[in-house]
Amino acid sequence: MSMLQVSVYRYNPETDSAPYMQEFQVDTQGRDLMVLNVLEIIKQQDSSMAYRRSCREGVCGSDGMNMNGSNGLACVTALSEVVDKRGKLVLRPLPGLPVVRDLVVDMGIFYKQYERIQPYLQNDTPPPAIERLQSPEDREKLDGLYECILCACCSTACPSFWWNPEKFVGPAGLLQSYRFLADSRDTATRERLADLEDPFSVFRCRGIMNCVAVCPKGLNPTRAIGKIRELLMANAT
Amino acid sequence: MVTNITNFGRSGLSDWLIQRVSAIILALYTIFMVGYLLFHPALDYPTWNGLFAQTWMRIFSLLAFLSLAAHAWIGLWTVITDYIKPTGIRFAVQIVVMLAIFVFLVWGVQVLWGA
Ligand code: SF4
Ligand code: SF4
Ligand code: FES
Repeated sequence: MSMLQVSVYRYNPETDSAPYMQEFQVDTQGRDLMVLNVLEIIKQQDSSMAYRRSCREGVCGSDGMNMNGSNGLACVTALSEVVDKRGKLVLRPLPGLPVVRDLVVDMGIFYKQYERIQPYLQNDTPPPAIERLQSPEDREKLDGLYECILCACCSTACPSFWWNPEKFVGPAGLLQSYRFLADSRDTATRERLADLEDPFSVFRCRGIMNCVAVCPKGLNPTRAIGKIRELLMANAT
Repeated sequence: MVTNITNFGRSGLSDWLIQRVSAIILALYTIFMVGYLLFHPALDYPTWNGLFAQTWMRIFSLLAFLSLAAHAWIGLWTVITDYIKPTGIRFAVQIVVMLAIFVFLVWGVQVLWGA
């Protein structure tokens, strides 16, 4: 028997006056399980345990959480990647967002910032009969941007987002903002930029790069933020 | 667009640019000062006074002081808006910082031209 000691953040606002950490012993049978597998075993021990999950293969983005201090998707994070030398695993909800229950957070403000950058193609020219075409070169500019699954691991690892979640768009929203700024088929560049030039929306980024360190899809929001700054500079007088 | 009235420039973009330009000016001033002190190990008051009597040095120093004032305001404004959430206290702290920067700036000018 190889027992893993797991400490999980528990909070049920209906019955608990304050959050607390609950200890579990999980038999991994010596396997290098994914953290989500461990949570499933815990759920069998205590069915009141709440967390989100769906695809269990790093596609849906619903099981973002904080594992031994760093954010990631539980379903694609192996124990060997996160468990420390003492053989302990500490699970907490994504930091900085209100907790609904246990590991489930309220993503409202995160989605609001996403909505704010208008994440859809805007084009004021008459639509062609079939579709708007794009050259392979222009399509390539969207690589590293469109892959985002909105798991919120990055924004909830960003101190600037912790302090000003209602003013700073955050790395996830800004990556998507740049995805549409970079799209050759989008003609709303000016309007998009005008909404971003204040001191908070983009410029509250301090280049700490926590976002890059945690993104489970290996994306680079800091680079996208730099590109937005360049566009703002290029469009200014 | 997030509305702001207490930041330094017209936008986040101008604040960002001013922060970078003022940093370069401050770096140049610091390098010059360190270099000057290294080349004058036995520095006495008349030499030091002579340096600051020259117009170019006064312009350079004033530029550095103005850069420092802008740099300090933009930097502290950022820190204050990060950490002080109650609007009343935040405004009060901003006013204190602004006054302090203004006083130091006027004092600096007085030192430069008063020697
Ligand atoms: S950029 Fe990465 S970490 Fe951030 S929401 Fe998208 S996939 Fe998740
Ligand atoms: S680089 Fe910018 S967006 Fe990314 S974590 Fe740091 S401050 Fe946040
Ligand atoms: S369960 Fe879908 S990303 Fe982990």
